[in-house]
Amino acid sequence: MRFLKLFFVLILVLAVVNGVALSAEKEILCASTTSTENSGLFGYILPMFEKNTGIKVKVVARGTGAAIEMGKRGDADVVFVHAKEQELKAVEEGLFVNRHDVMYNDFVIIGPPNDPARIKGIKTAIEAFRKIRKSGEQFVSRGDNSGTHTKELAIWKKAGIDPKGQKRYLEVGQGMEKTQRIANEKRAYTLTDRGTWLATKDNDKLEMAIVLEGDPVLFNQYGVMAVNPGKHKHVKYKEAMEFINWLISKEGQQAIASFKDKQGNRLFIPNAK
Amino acid sequence: MGSIIEGFRKAFFLILNLDPELLKIIFLSLKVSGFALVISTVIGLSLSTLLSFKKIPLQGIIISLMNTFMGLPPVVVGLFVYLILSRSGPLGFMGLLYTPSAMVTAQTILAFPIVASLCHSAIISVDPIIKQSSMTLGATPVQMTVTIMREARYGIMSGIIAALGRVMAEVGAILIVGGNIAGYTRVMTTTIALETDKGNFELALALGIILLTLSLIINIILYRIQRRGSVNG
Repeated sequence: MRFLKLFFVLILVLAVVNGVALSAEKEILCASTTSTENSGLFGYILPMFEKNTGIKVKVVARGTGAAIEMGKRGDADVVFVHAKEQELKAVEEGLFVNRHDVMYNDFVIIGPPNDPARIKGIKTAIEAFRKIRKSGEQFVSRGDNSGTHTKELAIWKKAGIDPKGQKRYLEVGQGMEKTQRIANEKRAYTLTDRGTWLATKDNDKLEMAIVLEGDPVLFNQYGVMAVNPGKHKHVKYKEAMEFINWLISKEGQQAIASFKDKQGNRLFIPNAK
Repeated sequence: MGSIIEGFRKAFFLILNLDPELLKIIFLSLKVSGFALVISTVIGLSLSTLLSFKKIPLQGIIISLMNTFMGLPPVVVGLFVYLILSRSGPLGFMGLLYTPSAMVTAQTILAFPIVASLCHSAIISVDPIIKQSSMTLGATPVQMTVTIMREARYGIMSGIIAALGRVMAEVGAILIVGGNIAGYTRVMTTTIALETDKGNFELALALGIILLTLSLIINIILYRIQRRGSVNG
């Protein structure tokens, strides 16, 4: 018991010290995904927003599932993720408000360059998944409830296949970049977002190639929403809305459009309405 | 091999350039680990002294628990502290999640059992003759405790050094409770994890080399303190 008391006193002291430091500036916490953070998008657009409004945006990058969960628990002020159905469901449950489409990129299927399952030439992702399954080639899945994982599961479902527990279906439970690397080592196929693929394939020396792209089902919509201040009184709703409104404004959309990776590829296409 | 050599080269240039962002990350690492180490030492030493000199109920169970907690998985501690400090958790009203303080708290929980356990074994392995002779010489209980602690100082220092190793190298817990926020809760180990995720292997390795060098410097200093104690004492 003595230790517990000590522990609580300790936390109190730390809280006071922190409280003093925190009250000095305006800032919000944004729960987002690894793809937006690792691609460098936030590093590019957030300083512009900060300069405009004086609001500092602190980003915690997790999978989409975990990011939404953070918002639900009230541990973030704003959530910026890419799983539209999950987002709309959370809004319907009353946990978030003011959801907006912000931008999109697309998913691509990548695999070994010699394409042992013969996917190249196939038009739809559903057909490609069926063929990977039939060929007996390995498929690496994120397996982490992320936006990419959600998309992948939806395609398996549409293909009428339950991949879970299959020997040649590897659920790795890691971020996109690590998943790509595992697929590379295993000479397997995987579903990735174009942003991560373009940003990391050279650094990681991936011996892989895009085998399917352009299917409308692979459209990857990013959305932003504020944590409902009615559910969590402490959230900085006003500042969160300033951030959301900036993202969907002409200025914010232009900032997103002008972001390019080191090779000069445009990674996200703004599409706020 | 190329990547490894490149890593060393990059580490060298990073240190030469004294990049302000890197300095900030290093400074935060030292601050978080330092605070965690000081707090763990205070808690761990008090606990081990209590266990060594006083008979308290459930002593055996407490010692076994302490020894078990030396092997606490950081991710579990991170999750535990997260759930406590989360806005939906019991201490959520303090708004401590995703702050350096949350990181210190998690690291303290990881490190104090190491200090407590190793100090406890150092203290109880002090020759019983010392206790008897100091009593015969008329030492008060406090004087006797101080004498025995002085005898055990080498082992106590080892406990503190082991705890330092744990907090400096830790990444799982502080990633969860700190959130790896750029310029705010990003420390050496979480930066290394992030750069590895981004595929910047050389940079990640370079940061690892810098972290290890820092650890080495601190350990050399601690070793000298330890040695000086044993020569003068």
